[in-house]
Amino acid sequence: MKYIKFFLVGILFGIVMSKAEIISWFRIYEMFKFQSFHMYGIIGSAVVLGMISMFLFRKKMVKTFEGNEIHIALKKVGLYRNLLGGILFGLGWALAGACPGPMFVLIGRGIVAILIVIFGATLGAFLYGLLKNKLPH
Amino acid sequence: MEFITQPWAWYVAGPIIAFVMFLLYYFGERFGVSSNLETFCSIGGAGKFVDYFKIDWKENSWNLIFVAGSIVGGFIAFYWLSPNDAVALNPQTVQDLAAIGIQNAGTSYLPDEIFSIDTMLSLKGFLILIIAGIMVGFGARWAGGCTSGHAIVGLSNLELPSLISVIGFFIGGLIMTWFILPLLF
Repeated sequence: MKYIKFFLVGILFGIVMSKAEIISWFRIYEMFKFQSFHMYGIIGSAVVLGMISMFLFRKKMVKTFEGNEIHIALKKVGLYRNLLGGILFGLGWALAGACPGPMFVLIGRGIVAILIVIFGATLGAFLYGLLKNKLPH
Repeated sequence: MEFITQPWAWYVAGPIIAFVMFLLYYFGERFGVSSNLETFCSIGGAGKFVDYFKIDWKENSWNLIFVAGSIVGGFIAFYWLSPNDAVALNPQTVQDLAAIGIQNAGTSYLPDEIFSIDTMLSLKGFLILIIAGIMVGFGARWAGGCTSGHAIVGLSNLELPSLISVIGFFIGGLIMTWFILPLLF
């Protein structure tokens, strides 16, 4: 039962991804063509409000529902990993028109072809794990 | 009900996504979708080949449940909360897409030229789908996060690695959109 809250938050996430057309391939294309403010407004407003959340967590004004302090795990640092991994991700994002979140939401619309993209993404994660020690980070 | 059934504006969606992130931390976890791809590998037994995947994946169960919920959310939005499948794109976007061989842009969420069953079953269509996926999965794990972990959480937390990653996302996305997509269709 402790998992039901994550299921409900996931439902909210799936609905907003779908209703705001973030899962639309066309919206991603439009974003990278700089022809609409829509996606920038979404990411921008989420980040601005996210900063307020982070501030509240850092100042310990908000704790978890169990009363524990919230620590944000810092991202791994490395110019090569962030830049090269980021570029590779961006190439795939613009081609698939979906990043990992929307991929799953699209299953809910009955899009069979997205299963191949998800399989590819899982394979990609496996290949990264396999080649990790040979890559610059 | 009309405010629900019409497409949601950016100033509705952005705050809800920030709220989703807030809730996940409030519930003692974090916001990051692409780490589920590694969990899939671990469940599938990748730990037998690569030590990197030798993890106790049950600790990430909450994230798999979150993803399962997002599938259900997509289903609910599609079947009950949306009167039609159209996306009101910039007319210039529709023209640009027609010029590179993608017709009827915006009449549905996804282009048939990539996502229809017929395309999926062709060699070229299959390769586009699987290569796109491999780049997303490999890139996200190499960079240490995707749009959720880097663009939303990392930027909110003012982390330099996330800023560099997001710049990378855009370099890759711009190269694909402006230079590679026009050659593909």
